[in-house]
Amino acid sequence: MRVAVVLLALTLAAAACGNRDQGAARPDAPARFGFGRAATAEEIWAWNIDVMPDGAGLPPGSGTAAQGVAIYARKCAACHGRTGAEGPFDRLVGREPRSGFPFGRDPRFVKTLGNYWPYATTLYDYVNRAMPLDAPGSLTPDEVYGLVAFLLWRNEIVTDTAVMNAQTLPRVVMPAHDRFVIDNRRGGPEVR
Amino acid sequence: MADVSISRRALLASAASAVGAHALWRVGHAQVPAQAPHTIVPPDPTKVPGAPLSELGRRSPFERPRRIPVGSAQGSSLAPLQDLYGIVTPADLHFERHHAGVPAIDPGRYKLLIHGMVERPTVFDLEALKRFPSVSHLYFLECSGNGGSSYRNIRPDLTPQLIDGLTSTSEWTGVPLATLFREVGVKPGAKWLLAEGADAAVMARSIPMDKAAEDALIAYGQNGEALRPEQGYPARLLLPGWEGNANVKWIRRIEIADRPFMTREETSKYTDPLPDGTARMFSFAMDAKSIITFPAYPVILPERGWFEISGIAWSGRGRISRVDVSTDAGRRWTPAELQSPVLPKCHTRFRCLWRWDGRETTLLSRATDETGYVQPTLEQLRSARGLGTSYHFNHIRAWRVRGDGTVMFGLEG
Repeated sequence: MRVAVVLLALTLAAAACGNRDQGAARPDAPARFGFGRAATAEEIWAWNIDVMPDGAGLPPGSGTAAQGVAIYARKCAACHGRTGAEGPFDRLVGREPRSGFPFGRDPRFVKTLGNYWPYATTLYDYVNRAMPLDAPGSLTPDEVYGLVAFLLWRNEIVTDTAVMNAQTLPRVVMPAHDRFVIDNRRGGPEVR
Repeated sequence: MADVSISRRALLASAASAVGAHALWRVGHAQVPAQAPHTIVPPDPTKVPGAPLSELGRRSPFERPRRIPVGSAQGSSLAPLQDLYGIVTPADLHFERHHAGVPAIDPGRYKLLIHGMVERPTVFDLEALKRFPSVSHLYFLECSGNGGSSYRNIRPDLTPQLIDGLTSTSEWTGVPLATLFREVGVKPGAKWLLAEGADAAVMARSIPMDKAAEDALIAYGQNGEALRPEQGYPARLLLPGWEGNANVKWIRRIEIADRPFMTREETSKYTDPLPDGTARMFSFAMDAKSIITFPAYPVILPERGWFEISGIAWSGRGRISRVDVSTDAGRRWTPAELQSPVLPKCHTRFRCLWRWDGRETTLLSRATDETGYVQPTLEQLRSARGLGTSYHFNHIRAWRVRGDGTVMFGLEG
């Protein structure tokens, strides 16, 4: 008898909770649970490091290729090569081929900042968040701007005297800027 | 990861137990009968008491499935597909891919910050995440570079692990992202979220908000226990059916915006250059795919006769609707048996009986998903994507069976 009561209670409980799936809210859920706590402005400021193509998120500061070259030699060259083209890790510098965008057809071409990256702001975002590999997040804004200026100059995208800062960097147009398209695969019989 | 470069060492590790060739044909190469150190096996186990109880179980010392690490600490390790039964990947064999190592995170200090276009910027600790109503689902997770070793410069001495070991299936438990978004109040006009990890790469990807409404999770459980560190402990983003990299591990921040952020991982990496001179971006969904995991290199069939062909199929767009198998290089195709339940965005085990007549042949499997998408041939995929493309290698895999019973990878003999 007791077992039957427990089973009945379990059945009723299951019915009350119902079945649900995926992202839909439970019908018995409140509009808000009130879990978690308000984030402070300081917490958001400390972690909000992303930089967008329109320059949103770029900090104050500036740098030139002349300032970046020394930082590059000290902190980057061991992995990316003396001039940015030698490796052993990702090749940063190179504009080959000078025309066209043959990467889909031909695996021989190496993708670089100069021939493949669509946004200059991404360079700031990535160097700031993840480089150098053995001390990520250790560079000052001026150092990152200097490295960005150096790498853009080495890729023949800006002049050797260009000053990179929150106003100038978003205006740099990368050679591969117009090459990117949104995914058009949709399932169904067509192979895309 | 553009290409999984396969080292000589990895190949040797993969075929390490080929010495016991007579045992290979049945169970792949996880079984190493000759190497059972510190285990005394009595002549008759019914005549002596067995081992005592224990707090933590271990595999039989006769079973030694292993991941194969490829590359440096920033590389990946491949799951031993040929040693697995059914559809679930044991958590300690789940493939790894990290860009700056596995971070050590104290769950007591863990925080997830959600801010940007929200009414209430909020911090959730792990306890808060676990108080929300939870869900559990079986989903596959696959690196979008998986299969790269079978696309260019194909070599015959590849195992299922070295070809497709960057896919795994787990039961994931967590809180739907939609629940958290209702909690913080998403503002009108929000279209994208940035998911950011607490690893040394501070891995960051832009994700369309629609995915959060559909089935995205903040997962903290994997196969009944807490996430493994390599899979994002204590909490990760889980985007069912979408390329592994976007499923940000060790997630610490979500920022909501009206446009994508264009991080390095969605521009210079994880984009697909195409033959027409463009490059596809935000190519999240993993298209339907399958691979036969038995018989496969380095298996040697001991004699002609009956064998069960077995493998896994999966699609990031829903359920697998059928898998066809050919045992004659594609002249005839037979529907394989699909093990139920067939779940959406999850590995599906397929099996097919085969009577080998001792002659050379090629074994193929071809998955179809519920959208009607059919796993393409290598030629079809190369034609659509070009030889230089870097991700999403879901073409048909082929195994060449030779007259002596050896099985090698590849279309050509």
